[in-house]
Amino acid sequence: MANGKKAGSQKTAARVTKAEGLELYRIMKQIRVFEEASASQYMRGRIRGFLHLYIGEEAIAAGAIPLLAKQDYITTHYRDHGHALARGMSPNAAMAELFGRATGSSKGKGGSMHLIDANIGMMGGYAIVGGQLPLGVGLALANNYKGNDSIVLTFLGDGALSEGEFHEAMNLAAIWKLPIIFFCENNLYGMGAPVSEVFAVKDIYKIAEPYGIPSLQVDGMDVLAVRDAMRDVVRHVRQGNGPYFVEALAYRFRGHSMADPNEYRNKAEEEFWKQRDPITSFRAYLVNELGVAEADIDALDQEVDAEIEAAVKFAEESPEPDLSELHTDITA
Amino acid sequence: MPVITYREAVTQALTEALDSDERVFIMGEDVGGYGGSYAVTKGMLAKYGPKRIRETPIAESVFVGAGAGAAMAGLKPVVEIMTINFSILAMDQIVNHAAKVRYMSGGQLSSGVIMRTVTGGGAGLAATHSQSLEPWYAHVPGIWVVTPATPYDALGLLREAFTKDDPVLFSEHALIYRLRGEVPEEHYTVPFGQAAISRRGSDVTLVAYSRMVHVALDAAQMLANQGVEAEVIDLRTLRPLDMETVFQSVRKTNRVAVVEEAWRTGGFAAEIASQIQEACFDYLDGPVARIGGEDVPQPYAINLERATIPDAKKVVNELAKVIGLKVTA
Ligand SMILES: Cc1ncc(C[n+]2csc(CCOP(=O)(O)OP(=O)(O)O)c2C)c(N)n1
Ligand SMILES: [Mg+2]
Repeated sequence: MANGKKAGSQKTAARVTKAEGLELYRIMKQIRVFEEASASQYMRGRIRGFLHLYIGEEAIAAGAIPLLAKQDYITTHYRDHGHALARGMSPNAAMAELFGRATGSSKGKGGSMHLIDANIGMMGGYAIVGGQLPLGVGLALANNYKGNDSIVLTFLGDGALSEGEFHEAMNLAAIWKLPIIFFCENNLYGMGAPVSEVFAVKDIYKIAEPYGIPSLQVDGMDVLAVRDAMRDVVRHVRQGNGPYFVEALAYRFRGHSMADPNEYRNKAEEEFWKQRDPITSFRAYLVNELGVAEADIDALDQEVDAEIEAAVKFAEESPEPDLSELHTDITA
Repeated sequence: MPVITYREAVTQALTEALDSDERVFIMGEDVGGYGGSYAVTKGMLAKYGPKRIRETPIAESVFVGAGAGAAMAGLKPVVEIMTINFSILAMDQIVNHAAKVRYMSGGQLSSGVIMRTVTGGGAGLAATHSQSLEPWYAHVPGIWVVTPATPYDALGLLREAFTKDDPVLFSEHALIYRLRGEVPEEHYTVPFGQAAISRRGSDVTLVAYSRMVHVALDAAQMLANQGVEAEVIDLRTLRPLDMETVFQSVRKTNRVAVVEEAWRTGGFAAEIASQIQEACFDYLDGPVARIGGEDVPQPYAINLERATIPDAKKVVNELAKVIGLKVTA
């Protein structure tokens, strides 16, 4: 694949079957409803701390993550609910973790920003901007060292591009040809800072070029565009050709976290992106292009609603961690 | 018993691990062709090849973090951080990541990366290259901090480090690589969290770690010449910390000083002193003396540098000043 190219849009994308399309839709919808539910539970005081919603960016997780094989790894940042769910974390375990309950994915010790499920290669959720990158490189190094063909998908925000750890990670992955995909979710802002004001490289995907890492930019609001681009990227990396850098353009529809009054973006910009809601547009695609019956999608919506409602109930009814847990899991 | 140097002890533990466990590899700056900036990995690249002896860029955060990540995937990486001064550039990966993954994952993940590094001043390297930062790391739950003072301990503690599933900061003192000592031929390990009594005595206890153990032993010799018998305790590991051995000694001697090279203010001696007064208050015949590095950026000029790092004379003088022992240096 050529270096630094822009990937095709939905219209030129390879088709998916109805079943595949419905599955992509289900993943996006599950994330959206999970996030809306967690926002409302946060407002009710049941979720504490920082809560970073993935609303608006669902097409990325849904387009990219299901292409991974079972033994592949993910590391990501604190905006991690979508990644965890798309990888197959149970909404019960995820919601219980947000509630700080014993049944949570980390027994309530990690919280929203640290969703981890080792059984499915969801290696975390890390809340220090850029911190997940060296760990991702290390997991890729382990794959390389063991001589298997597993790969690592490491997500980063546009804000992390400025961290030294990003450049250190790109360099090491490049010189050692490690099987890792650096996936930059460019939602145009790092908290309140526009990426265009704080990062010197204008075409972000071109940052990979001097490292000799192939890269592409893709429409992160379009699940099929992400999926098509990533299919090739995953194959490339799995075949032992070294790292890849992907930039997906997207937008978060809410504030940075629930604590953010969201005053630095203008309404016209927000409206522009909301018009491109990845779920609404893909629903239309399913109906118009794939001939899926509206009723089938409605039924799926209801399933997802019920699943997330049950997850909230599960979390609510779960016990807090026992106080004895305070001193466990520090060292063996 | 064979006599080997502190450096040879470290090299031996690494070689044994490389020979016996395929999961073990070494990475860091100049560990390859150069042989390690303190010559610990000399010859290893030729013997084990570039897969297992990995030369890294000068990028502490990513190679330490990559070690942490590879350990999460079940490998046993040894990262060499050229000196502890440069570990600051990897602090995010050490403190925020390696030390936290077990807890934040509710016990699902762990990161048994071994981080070898070189500590201490006294070589004329001035302020950025002469620090003793172990107390910073010992402050953090989730990481073992190991500070060997002898060849016997360097070998035994590093062997033990390979059995751990949590990050180990293994801190070798720059000035004692040539120190020679006996090590048994038969295999042994030194458990973490077990202090050693380096010299027995009944009049005063000197608690130390890393090179300061030898300073304390020199001071004990000066004291013995004046009829005062000092017991010297080598903590060997700061986390886990064996205070029981210290308490037992203090209950016997009723006088104690803690000696360390790190800055006195907020240093590890403060932690030791505090625990002693909590547990042994009624046994103390005087205040717990803290003898640490001067609270200054380490200077270059040799006379200034010497005045910065505790030596036996300073230890004896402080014992007289703080505890009121009738001794002179
Ligand atoms: C090292 C570090 N610095 C600052 C922060 C505070 N912080 C948390 S998220 C964030 C913005 C990151 O933006 P970006 O990487 O674009 O991700 P996004 O939130 O947009 O998904 C900042 C500054 C942090 N967590 N870690
Ligand atoms: Mg951003």
